[in-house]
Amino acid sequence: MPPGGDLCEYERLSTFQEIGMLVVALRMLFGDATKCLGLVFGVALSTLLLCQQVSIFFGLLSRAASVIDDAPEADIWVMDPAVKTIEVPYPLRDTVLQRVRGVEGVAWAVPFFKASTQVRTRRGTLDNATMIGVDDVSLAGVPDRFLLGTLDDLTLPDAIAINPAGFRLLFPGEELDVGRELELNDRRARIVAIVDSSPAFSANLTIYTRYSLATRYTNNGRNTLSFVLAKAADPSTTAAVADRIAAEMGLKAVERATFRRETIGYILETTGIPASFGTVVLLGVLIGIAIVGLTFNQFVMENIRQYAALKAIGVRNGWLLAMTLAQAAFVATVGYGIGLAAAAGFFATAGQSDALRGFRLLPEVAVGVAVLAGVIVLLATTVSLRRVFFVDPATVFRG
Amino acid sequence: MDHAATNTPPGAIAVRCVGVEKSFAAGETNVRVLRGTDFTARAGEMTFLVGPSGCGKTTLISIIGAILSADAGSVEVLGFDVRRARGGRLADFRLANLGFIFQQFNLLPALSAAENASLPLVAAGRSTRFGERAAAALLARLGLEKHLHKMPAQLSGGQQQRVAIARALVHAPRLVICDEPTASLDAESGHTVMELLREVALAPDRSVIIVTHDTRIFEFADVIHHMSDGRIERIEGKSIAPSEAHA
Repeated sequence: MPPGGDLCEYERLSTFQEIGMLVVALRMLFGDATKCLGLVFGVALSTLLLCQQVSIFFGLLSRAASVIDDAPEADIWVMDPAVKTIEVPYPLRDTVLQRVRGVEGVAWAVPFFKASTQVRTRRGTLDNATMIGVDDVSLAGVPDRFLLGTLDDLTLPDAIAINPAGFRLLFPGEELDVGRELELNDRRARIVAIVDSSPAFSANLTIYTRYSLATRYTNNGRNTLSFVLAKAADPSTTAAVADRIAAEMGLKAVERATFRRETIGYILETTGIPASFGTVVLLGVLIGIAIVGLTFNQFVMENIRQYAALKAIGVRNGWLLAMTLAQAAFVATVGYGIGLAAAAGFFATAGQSDALRGFRLLPEVAVGVAVLAGVIVLLATTVSLRRVFFVDPATVFRG
Repeated sequence: MDHAATNTPPGAIAVRCVGVEKSFAAGETNVRVLRGTDFTARAGEMTFLVGPSGCGKTTLISIIGAILSADAGSVEVLGFDVRRARGGRLADFRLANLGFIFQQFNLLPALSAAENASLPLVAAGRSTRFGERAAAALLARLGLEKHLHKMPAQLSGGQQQRVAIARALVHAPRLVICDEPTASLDAESGHTVMELLREVALAPDRSVIIVTHDTRIFEFADVIHHMSDGRIERIEGKSIAPSEAHA
């Protein structure tokens, strides 16, 4: 070794080195605009697909529990022991209500009626509607988001409140209005309020009315009580009160959150929705990996001599790794940003329609998809990274 | 340049290869490319390595350039035993001390002439600004001052080769290894490139090794090593002692 120092020692300014070589990496990527766009498009498409599908999935599940969400004042839901979901109630005897009120710890209990009914639209067609009947006095169970009219208007004779989507279904092309009349089960019903209820799972039209009217608007036989909504005198004892109601009456009594979970669980277990959405999500990930992986691999293969030249010059494998990861990070970040913006745009636009109202891009979904986008790009670049790592620098001397 | 490589006195041995062996697997057979090759290059000289295709020239300069390992023998480059070093240490050695000029130029198509030429400095940790300034000065010496910001695709073959030369020299390496530097050029451009190489790359403490088939440029050689079948067959040149002439 000659005197004067180690020949491998070289004055390095690591910060500049990293930034400089990362800039080179990005310039290499931008230099092939077609592939750069292809990579970004692949991630954007996957992000859009994942965000849109997962958000709609959660939106649908949320819709399944919309009636429960719209009655937040009730802590306890009492029902027939066989009931698994709010969508399929089994009628209880009317006497149940008084017995629940007599259970120790119950502050109040009110009847709750839920049934499906048919409404004839102005075009003469029949449409499905969800009929909600609430306690005649307290009117507990009606959402407090009134667009027209007030809660008190529901105490008027033949009074019903409907949701905006239902109004547009019944009176297409017309401005929201009150005072119109409908025929329900050969009986007159007058729209006194427009209430912004949460979008429902099974019908676009939701009708709110007093319990006594609801039973007349539908033909549900002798027993008409769907649920009893109750509240514990002491909120901290809600679970114990629910257990007490169940034990004393032989009925099912659960806390609101539990019933919500069960309703969503019922949808997950008995419908093809999770499998269908799961398949689309899986396809989104696979398509992303395929597009990004193939394009990135092609990009690396076409630049393999340049990578070999960099290696020959003395660029270490670690720096090549950093350069490749910088390219991947750029593609992931920009692709994800575009996909997220497209998904947000979709929900902002499509969410205006009655069919898709309530669906929105959830922050949790955005975060989850960001992680997935990162995984997609990392998986897709792994093969290419191997090529960069193992490229023989002596390649540069071959013609 | 202020990197820590030590100076080699003029005339001192810059590269010494003794008994270098290298074989490659080709299917089920093993092809011996280098068969106990001895090779020497001195500081301040332009050493040519010539011979027919497949005689082992490229393999030998790959080993000297520390990008391919020898199976046997000793390889000392600028006093550094490249056979004993591995991976990152070899990369650091190349970055600090060697410059490469490839037959295919291997410029990055997305970088301008100045950016391409600055790569060894940027890779060594210098700022891109510093690197491009140094590259611009060198490119100006090579007659490319009006083409600093042009992309490789906008340059002629001769101009691209000059950018490649600038990239090989920008960090003032002690040894420049050139693989067929004039193969892609016409006679006039090839002559110009060789004049530039001699003028810019060669210094009393620096060596240039050139692998070539191009007999038109032999006039630029100080020493010519004729290689055949994996061995140095004959050496000719100004500074060759009679005892060295036949390896």
